[in-house]
Amino acid sequence: MNHSLLMAILILSPLVGFFLNGLRYRSQKANLSGGIATAAIFISFISSCLLVNELISMPADARKIHIKFFEWIYVEQLKIDMGFLVDQISAIMILVITGVGSLIHLFSIGYMHHDKGVTKYFSYLNLFVFNMLILVLGDSLLTLFVGWEGVGLCSYLLIGFWFTDQEKATAGMKAFITNRIGDAAFLLGMFILFVTFGTLNIQELNILAPSVAETSWLGAITLGTLFLFIGATGKSAQIPLYVWLPDAMAGPTPVSALIHAATMVTAGVYMIVRLNPLFIVAPNTMMVIACIGAATAVFAATIGITQWDIKKILAYSTISQLGYMFLAVGVGAFGPAMFHLMTHAFFKALMFLGSGSVIHSMHEEQDIRKMGGLKKYMPITHATFFIGWLAIIGMPPFAGFFSKDEILWMSFQSPMGHTALWAMGAVGAAMTAFYMTRLMCLTFWGKSRVAKSIHPHESPWLMTVPLIALGILSAIGGWIGIPHIIAEILPGHPANIFAEWLAPVLKPIPALGHAEASLEWGLMGGSVFLAVISSFVAYHFYVRSPETPKKISEALGPIYKLISKKYLVDELYFGAIINPLVSFSKQVWYRVDVNLIDKTTYVISDFVRGGGSLVRSMQTGNLQQYAMYFGLGIVFVLAVILMR
Amino acid sequence: MLNSEVFLDIGLNHYLIVAALLFSMGMAGVLLRRNVIVILMSIELMLNAVNLTLIAFGKFTNNVDGQIMVFFVMTIAAAEAAVGLSIAVTIFKKFREVNIRFFEHLKG
Repeated sequence: MNHSLLMAILILSPLVGFFLNGLRYRSQKANLSGGIATAAIFISFISSCLLVNELISMPADARKIHIKFFEWIYVEQLKIDMGFLVDQISAIMILVITGVGSLIHLFSIGYMHHDKGVTKYFSYLNLFVFNMLILVLGDSLLTLFVGWEGVGLCSYLLIGFWFTDQEKATAGMKAFITNRIGDAAFLLGMFILFVTFGTLNIQELNILAPSVAETSWLGAITLGTLFLFIGATGKSAQIPLYVWLPDAMAGPTPVSALIHAATMVTAGVYMIVRLNPLFIVAPNTMMVIACIGAATAVFAATIGITQWDIKKILAYSTISQLGYMFLAVGVGAFGPAMFHLMTHAFFKALMFLGSGSVIHSMHEEQDIRKMGGLKKYMPITHATFFIGWLAIIGMPPFAGFFSKDEILWMSFQSPMGHTALWAMGAVGAAMTAFYMTRLMCLTFWGKSRVAKSIHPHESPWLMTVPLIALGILSAIGGWIGIPHIIAEILPGHPANIFAEWLAPVLKPIPALGHAEASLEWGLMGGSVFLAVISSFVAYHFYVRSPETPKKISEALGPIYKLISKKYLVDELYFGAIINPLVSFSKQVWYRVDVNLIDKTTYVISDFVRGGGSLVRSMQTGNLQQYAMYFGLGIVFVLAVILMR
Repeated sequence: MLNSEVFLDIGLNHYLIVAALLFSMGMAGVLLRRNVIVILMSIELMLNAVNLTLIAFGKFTNNVDGQIMVFFVMTIAAAEAAVGLSIAVTIFKKFREVNIRFFEHLKG
């Protein structure tokens, strides 16, 4: 099959699924709707596999399938095609989106089986995948932005899916509005890049990027990339715009798995990796990205430790893991960022779906204080969640170990990195191990605290099959990126396939020195050791002596309260920005709109209405009166003529 | 005995005065009378007053245009009378009277 047909099938199949389900949105046949939606994504998955297969057969430095469907906007110098590009970076993304996406669609059939809006749900989900594909495949920043906005819309629709609940509808709006702040910055970034380079085409931008680093803070590239990064903090939930992601857990759990863990929130990382030649020559931007990434990784992890809602913990964990990806990007390690993006998509989707399975069997109970001992009732969910847990705490040889370790190593070794960044990453990793073990202990292990009225049970096969598939991926998915020093001691010396695959499209880190293998081994061992220790501590706290955490939290008092209230960031935003803005707007509304504009128009309309009622009183319907007016009129006209 | 000279003295002004008198009478009838039939008759009176002026002007200026115009006016007047009378008949059928005030019901 030719490439453009494959590309069209890849992109349009979810759109067709959206229309098929969207046109019969009232239907409640979960199996049919879910079948259509899953098939649509699976067809996309097959076409992306075929496309990637084509890529593999090409020579390494010319791996690129670029299809231009039509000319979209041609105004003066602004030339934008509706073109799509599969290269090494977007190949990984389309495989993850359609692959993990099909599994999550399959899971949704079981999870949403009894929901009245099931068809609407699946149509939104397909629309999301369509927009996500536009985002990752678009060959210009504007096409990317179309997808960027489209996934934002679908995210809003799906967070507020149960919109009759005021709180959930508000969460949807919060996500949308927070993202708009980032989007405004993204637009500014695009403007700056267009004015500087005269194009928005990603390939052209990457070619035009200068080879010398720009040291000024106010240089065009630094400013442009900084604004793009602010856009990324909105979409990828980084400080300061992360606040929407925890609230986004109001949506159905498979949505959290697909949109708010595996795909959409990684769009910011992807965008930066795709523009890596531009970002690498703006060291100031890179420094900001690395610092924000590391700060977010630690900050979100501390909040994660204190939460009780199973989905909120996973949400803060997602923010924290996204922080790692930005840390990697910020130190110039674009490959490890993509690698972590991929493994994170596997294990975080797995954990979200696992939590969905738990919530499903617990009859919508999300508080882990009311769980415990679920291992006995849900063996498959427990086993797969266990793999996800091992992956996220970075236990070798599970997927998360390789990607996280590579990020930590690069943040230490790269000349753009710093020991402090590495230390923050390591502390964050230890905290990750702690809160994830806490989650495992309180949910699956220990004594059961389940209410008597609830009888937990294993989920149907539609939900366990995706869990098993993702479990396998989380276990072995990291083996394609085994670092050099480990590969040396393994039989057959497996290569770091992932790094080799990406190498032609990534700019190397300038002045990257050679490091001692012993140092790398030491840091690797250190981070694994930290993770093991903190997991053990968490296990001790929450299974063996459940009173200890209470004592500690009481001893910490105000600090614990501050953290468990999420550092009062929401309250701060409300107090410092939102409330003043709202009251200012109210004043403007009252003074300008009500008192000035409205009153002016009222005066005009009163005048017209008064004149109208005066004339209307003459309109009696009495013919003779009309004839009288007529006669008087003639007399008047004649008088005027004669008097002249 | 009437002197035939009197007729020879009749000029344009005489015709116009008669026409003006007729017109005023017609107008008074339209404005004051309540009976629709009478009002229609008064309208005819007004139209014919106009016809008279047209013919008079035609005669005294040696121009036939005025007389041609009169044919048109008469045609229109016939049509108007037909329409007006049919409305009057309808009104009569409904209200058993042809008072002008019933025309107020035609108001939308």
